Amino acid sequence: MAYSNEKGDSVTGKWLIPIEEIRQVREKIGDNTEKNKVELTENLCGGKASNLGFLKKEGLKEGINVPRGACIGTAAYNEYVDKTGLRGRILLELNRKPFEEMRWEELWDLSEKIKHMFARTPFPPGMEEELEEEISGYFGEIAVAVRSSAPGEDSAKTSFAGVHASYVNVREALNILRHLRLVWASLWSDSALLYRKEMGLDIFKSSMAVLIQEIVEGRVSGVAFGMNPEDELEALVEAVYGLNKGLVDGTVEPDRWVLDRKSGNIKKHYPAEREKAVFAGSGGAGTGNKSTEGTEGTEGTEGTEGTEGTEGTEGTEGTEGTEGTELRSLPESLKGKPPLAPAEVTEVFNLTRKVETLLVRRGGRGKPQDVEWTIRDNTLYTLQSRPITTLMREDRDEKRLWYLSLRRSFGNLKELRKTIEEKRIPVMQAEARDLEKEELSGLTETALAEEIERRAGIYRKWHDIYWDEFIPFAHGARLFGKVYNETVDPKDPYEFADLLSGTGMLSLERNRKLEEMAGKLRNAPELLQKAKNLSPDPGLEKELDIFISEYGGSYSESSTAREGLIRLLVEMASRTPLTSSSASPAKEKGPDQDSGRIQKLKDNFFSRFEGEKKQFAAELLDLGRASYRLRDDDNIYLGKIEAELRRFLLEGEKRLKKRGLKEVELPEIEKIPNLEPVIEDITEKMVKTLKDPKYLPEWKKGAEKPETPETSEEKLKPRQLLGNPSGPGAAEGRARVILQESDLYDIKAGEVLVCDAVDPNMTFIVPLCSAIVERRGGMLIHGAIIAREYGIPCVTGVPDATELIKNGDYLAVDGYLGIITVLERRDW
Amino acid sequence: MKDEIASLLPHELEVREGEAPVESKGLEKTRLLEELRKLFESQPLAVLATQGEGTPYVSLVAFASDVKLKYLLFSTTKATRKYANLLADPSVSLLIDNRKNILEDFRDAMAVTVLGEIEPVEDFELKIMENIYLMKHPHLVDFLHSPTNAFLKVNVEKYIVVSHFQHVVEIKV
Repeated sequence: MAYSNEKGDSVTGKWLIPIEEIRQVREKIGDNTEKNKVELTENLCGGKASNLGFLKKEGLKEGINVPRGACIGTAAYNEYVDKTGLRGRILLELNRKPFEEMRWEELWDLSEKIKHMFARTPFPPGMEEELEEEISGYFGEIAVAVRSSAPGEDSAKTSFAGVHASYVNVREALNILRHLRLVWASLWSDSALLYRKEMGLDIFKSSMAVLIQEIVEGRVSGVAFGMNPEDELEALVEAVYGLNKGLVDGTVEPDRWVLDRKSGNIKKHYPAEREKAVFAGSGGAGTGNKSTEGTEGTEGTEGTEGTEGTEGTEGTEGTEGTEGTELRSLPESLKGKPPLAPAEVTEVFNLTRKVETLLVRRGGRGKPQDVEWTIRDNTLYTLQSRPITTLMREDRDEKRLWYLSLRRSFGNLKELRKTIEEKRIPVMQAEARDLEKEELSGLTETALAEEIERRAGIYRKWHDIYWDEFIPFAHGARLFGKVYNETVDPKDPYEFADLLSGTGMLSLERNRKLEEMAGKLRNAPELLQKAKNLSPDPGLEKELDIFISEYGGSYSESSTAREGLIRLLVEMASRTPLTSSSASPAKEKGPDQDSGRIQKLKDNFFSRFEGEKKQFAAELLDLGRASYRLRDDDNIYLGKIEAELRRFLLEGEKRLKKRGLKEVELPEIEKIPNLEPVIEDITEKMVKTLKDPKYLPEWKKGAEKPETPETSEEKLKPRQLLGNPSGPGAAEGRARVILQESDLYDIKAGEVLVCDAVDPNMTFIVPLCSAIVERRGGMLIHGAIIAREYGIPCVTGVPDATELIKNGDYLAVDGYLGIITVLERRDW
Repeated sequence: MKDEIASLLPHELEVREGEAPVESKGLEKTRLLEELRKLFESQPLAVLATQGEGTPYVSLVAFASDVKLKYLLFSTTKATRKYANLLADPSVSLLIDNRKNILEDFRDAMAVTVLGEIEPVEDFELKIMENIYLMKHPHLVDFLHSPTNAFLKVNVEKYIVVSHFQHVVEIKV
């Protein structure tokens, strides 16, 4: 078969449909009303490809130029997911846990896992050859963009801009096919899942068409709004030198023209400070090698592949692949000159009108358009057009912005790291220390009230910073994971996690120290006996002091920690020395082998990068590690500040008690496990009551009190619980449920640790356990990483784990599939 | 509506309601097996009956069968009750049917009771058996390949085929 887009020939293949023929394909299928035809077309090829196809076919006589493009319809997606079983696998993954109960981390894990499935599942037999033949027949060796064109993606009601992936500057059929699968996978990206959910769309009915588009490398590019989303009497034109990418992802400030929508007259020009522009890179890209295309929002220059030509991009940073773009300084001659002359601004504006008018003929869809365009050799090209969504303003809605903000670009994350490490953390620590120093006893009630108010303010401030900066910074670890997976393509999608925990070395050392102390007890019965009586030998006492100050973390000041450690040492001494867990056949390793393995992983990762890009790879790993490390630390620091507020609130309560108030008239702060949601309410009432003894608030009303379940109702007995497999291996053992800190030290060797979340300071317990079960979900949480380090089976994200599982239940933990089976229920 | 199985049966073959089933032979058997093959392909799940300490125990399993219907394949994680039961007593029964849980089932539904014994899947046949299983259930690939999972083969002794509410025939394979 020969494919060409020469006039007249039908070149539609089994899978590939040239965009200008999309309509004909549907017309062949049956007679429909015009509106239905539009809908059918969009179901096969999505709105983006269908719209462009229509413009290409009908717009030429109006002077609308659309680059060559073709669509791989939803039929191909469906064939692939059905024949390979992916549809079922996705269904199984999504059903591990109700969507509503997932933390954003779990959602990210889920979508990364699904993406990994797409990347590693080959096409069903024959399909790849068919696609390859059709694509290379149609596009040959030219550079293309591979973009999502999902049905319902760009309608006036929904806007998936920036939610699905698109890759620019890809060459050769096989490489295009690899990206095709990645675009398909982005149907299941975390933001796509959240967005569908928010819009009330059925996740399982969604499908993906893909637009493959020839790249037009323009001199000037931009976006035009046929109608200003904020003022319907106006239109907007934005333009930058070079490629659109810089404009869309916010790295390059555009010149901006406001026009009168009716007359087309330019009302105002807002010139930009023209410093830089995104140009096509200079390296040799798209030649089928594994590169870092698709790293979200990396700024182009850093290590991404470079070659000519990226054109219009879509949506926000975050999902845009940047194969071969570079952010460069503008030549002086251009800095002072707007990218468009007034006549060109008018031409671009007229384009939006032409498109709008033309689309009226297509089933009455004459909505104002948002057009991406570029100018090459004085020809204006239309790269993309979609109706201006009613959501545009709401796009800036906090919530959506927040979760999109979780996907920060490399450059942005580097900045964030600097701020956090150099400013936030030191100030936060200093502030926590200052708060600690303050004495309570001498304060008058008024002074106490004022101090509580001040502390609540400080807590709120850090809480907000935590959400605005620390949590988004956690994306650094994920960005590294994403790049790692796309370059190394490992069998295990969480292999990268092993590279993140440089902290692992510290914990291994700590455990070695513990084992050393336990070894001394093991060899000396008299010392062991002393320890059993909780009055250890002075030598051991000293060692314990050093150990606690070095590794104790937030437990250092806890009175139970010391006693607990002694009990733990006794427990360790009564069993054979710890070498490694026998539970997992996969990893037989001590610290040395482990560091050897990590070195190997690292070398392998770096070997995928050449020249200057190695630097980028190293920086990215460094960033990933900082991001991972901080996740532990920030929690602890914020915890300290909260504890300091709590200390003062408790003092307040004590004073109120002294006034003779009864329990019902008190907040009972000790009984509020999570202060955060009620902090404002409690603080306000406490301050008022302290200052004004006559004021008697109703404390319990605003407070969220955990409801005690009715004791009369018989509880359901768990048999099998499902979570996420987070550390491979299988083990059986009695459950040790950790409900409070002191439970930790009761653990016996071989027990299964069941907890809400493994705190970084809990990790010295881990080598004693046969498995870990955690309520908190995520592959990058501490429990999961430490379990992987020791080769201990681990299941995370098990809802209500610590409530459903009872101390002493005999469990089977399946770390491969994420299943916990209660083999025997504790009968006491 | 004509009952498919009834129409397959020769008139001489005696099938009486409520009486002991008769064995199907020759050509009829071939055609009936073809019917079973179609039924098995259309049904992803079977009911598996095991027993432990004298107590029957039923569960749903995703199954597949070989082209000659000599074997049924399924898999289970090893921490389950059914697996413990199978270790103690390898004889099993399965039910595969196409009922829709509506009144018309009494006329249209077909139900096949399988009697057989669990055998381990031997190394030499593992690849082909896995292919058969994954062809029908490609989405269970992770499950099947987990070290905590057991891949099992039921060596079928006979099928007892019920149709038309009370038509019952028996086939040995």
